[in-house]
Amino acid sequence: MTGSDTTARSVYIWVSEGSWRASVDAALSLAPAAAAFTLLHVTSDAAPDAAHGAYLGLFGRGRHDPGVSLERLAAAAAGELLDASARRLGRPCERLEIRGHTERAVVAASADADLLIMARDGDRSRLGPKSLGKAARFVVDHAACPVLLVWPEPPPAVSTLPPPPPADRLREEPRRHGA
Amino acid sequence: MAVPAAGFLIAVGAISGGGAADQASRIGPVIGFLAAILVLAHLCDDDGLFRACGRWMARGSAGRPRRLLALVFVIASVTTAVLSLDATVVLLTPVVFATAARLDLRARPHVYACTHLANSASLLLPVSNLTNLLAFAASGLAFPRFAALMALPWLAAIGVEYAVFGRFFAADLGVGAADPEREQDLSEGVPVFTIIVVAVTLAGFVATSAAGVSPAWAAFGGAAVLAARGLARRRVGPVDLVRAADPPFLLFVLGLAIVVAAVVGNGLGSALRPLLPTGASLPALLAIAALAAVLANVANNLPAVLVLAPLAAPSGAGAVLAVLIGVNIGPNLTYTGSLATLLWRRSLRSHGSAPDLGEFTRLGLLTVPAGLVVAVLALWAALHVS
Repeated sequence: MTGSDTTARSVYIWVSEGSWRASVDAALSLAPAAAAFTLLHVTSDAAPDAAHGAYLGLFGRGRHDPGVSLERLAAAAAGELLDASARRLGRPCERLEIRGHTERAVVAASADADLLIMARDGDRSRLGPKSLGKAARFVVDHAACPVLLVWPEPPPAVSTLPPPPPADRLREEPRRHGA
Repeated sequence: MAVPAAGFLIAVGAISGGGAADQASRIGPVIGFLAAILVLAHLCDDDGLFRACGRWMARGSAGRPRRLLALVFVIASVTTAVLSLDATVVLLTPVVFATAARLDLRARPHVYACTHLANSASLLLPVSNLTNLLAFAASGLAFPRFAALMALPWLAAIGVEYAVFGRFFAADLGVGAADPEREQDLSEGVPVFTIIVVAVTLAGFVATSAAGVSPAWAAFGGAAVLAARGLARRRVGPVDLVRAADPPFLLFVLGLAIVVAAVVGNGLGSALRPLLPTGASLPALLAIAALAAVLANVANNLPAVLVLAPLAAPSGAGAVLAVLIGVNIGPNLTYTGSLATLLWRRSLRSHGSAPDLGEFTRLGLLTVPAGLVVAVLALWAALHVS
């Protein structure tokens, strides 16, 4: 990422609720300062859709569809999150706000990037595959660009690694004794 | 749509004019009760009650997603029980979303909790759901007795939802801590007067029942006090109040009741009666709730309860309450509460991508069957204890 290359590298920073600070901080500490930064946020339709559905279930009563309010609130919240991220980054950056299926939108938007920075979004109490939620797992599996995956907070200790399967343990045993 | 249909059925003789008038006179008080509750909830919103709930949830959660979910469960369950599921869906859900967003938390689990609890936490009181109001008379129960029998099923259904949500949304609930940069302003006050009026209205439900008067009068009283105050302070106009009562929908319920009476009278009743178990044994109650849930999902829970409550009534109050457990919890199985509404919605869809029905359905499959069984068990226990 560094080197003598003078063209600006494009670095996409995927920011989402609760973990955007870690993604922005990783960009500040690990990406070249001269990179062209893009802050990327995806607003999922899941919550407004749930409200739309519940409203339809009321059979037409109630004066307004709460799904419409949620769409408006979601757009405002996304704008605020991007603002906060841009302030923390403190460098010139593009903002990309997309509405749709989170994981697919991130893969598509970052396809031509030189680097995508993202945070784990699952159970982060221990090291392991569950520390990636559905969206991050999909992006890690499908990304068309290099990915930098960070922990939103200090990572759990290595002692939280699950024990190796019994077969591996047998294979490792003699080596450890021989050393 | 239901009103012209009702007119048509009367015209062709599917239901006599007298039968329709009889049905209308039985449904009339229910519709008045519904209107009063709709207005009461609307005025509570105008007074800032739900915004106050949002601030309380934000403060109480301290930015921790699991704590916020617990508080959303408390507020959504109480709102649904006291001010009806409409209030939770239309008035509380946007507040919950905004609260989660301000705390920098993912909103999805909390919004889903509102939509689910609007159904499953609507078991407690006759006012919690229009289905309950429609079946209340058929159950032959007084208001306090209805609440006493449904308290345990209500808690059981909420407990199942809570257990499932905690696991289903484990990843979303693992993310986040309060964000000092985006902390909200907590200075706006609590609408104490409004809360007192709602509490007195609740007490009024019990008092009117004890005095042998319709509890609808308590709802009218509560709505009238808040309306008078809102009008005096020029915070609401008479038009707002009429709109809050939603006259087109009230007419729709009336029309629907007449249509259902005509359909039941012309064969549906005798077709369904053999399917509906009699008695109040545990297997019978389970089967009644299951049948009610299926019917609610195929059609909608309003026609389902209009059809089933009178058929279940001869087996006693327990059977009617089992119908309510089915028609209230059942709609969580499908995105819009029923296949009929879903198809109608599909045909109307004009914008955006299709909703992720897979997730709604998976969540429904995890909560609804378990919720039905546990709630019916609780009902059965309540019937035997008291």
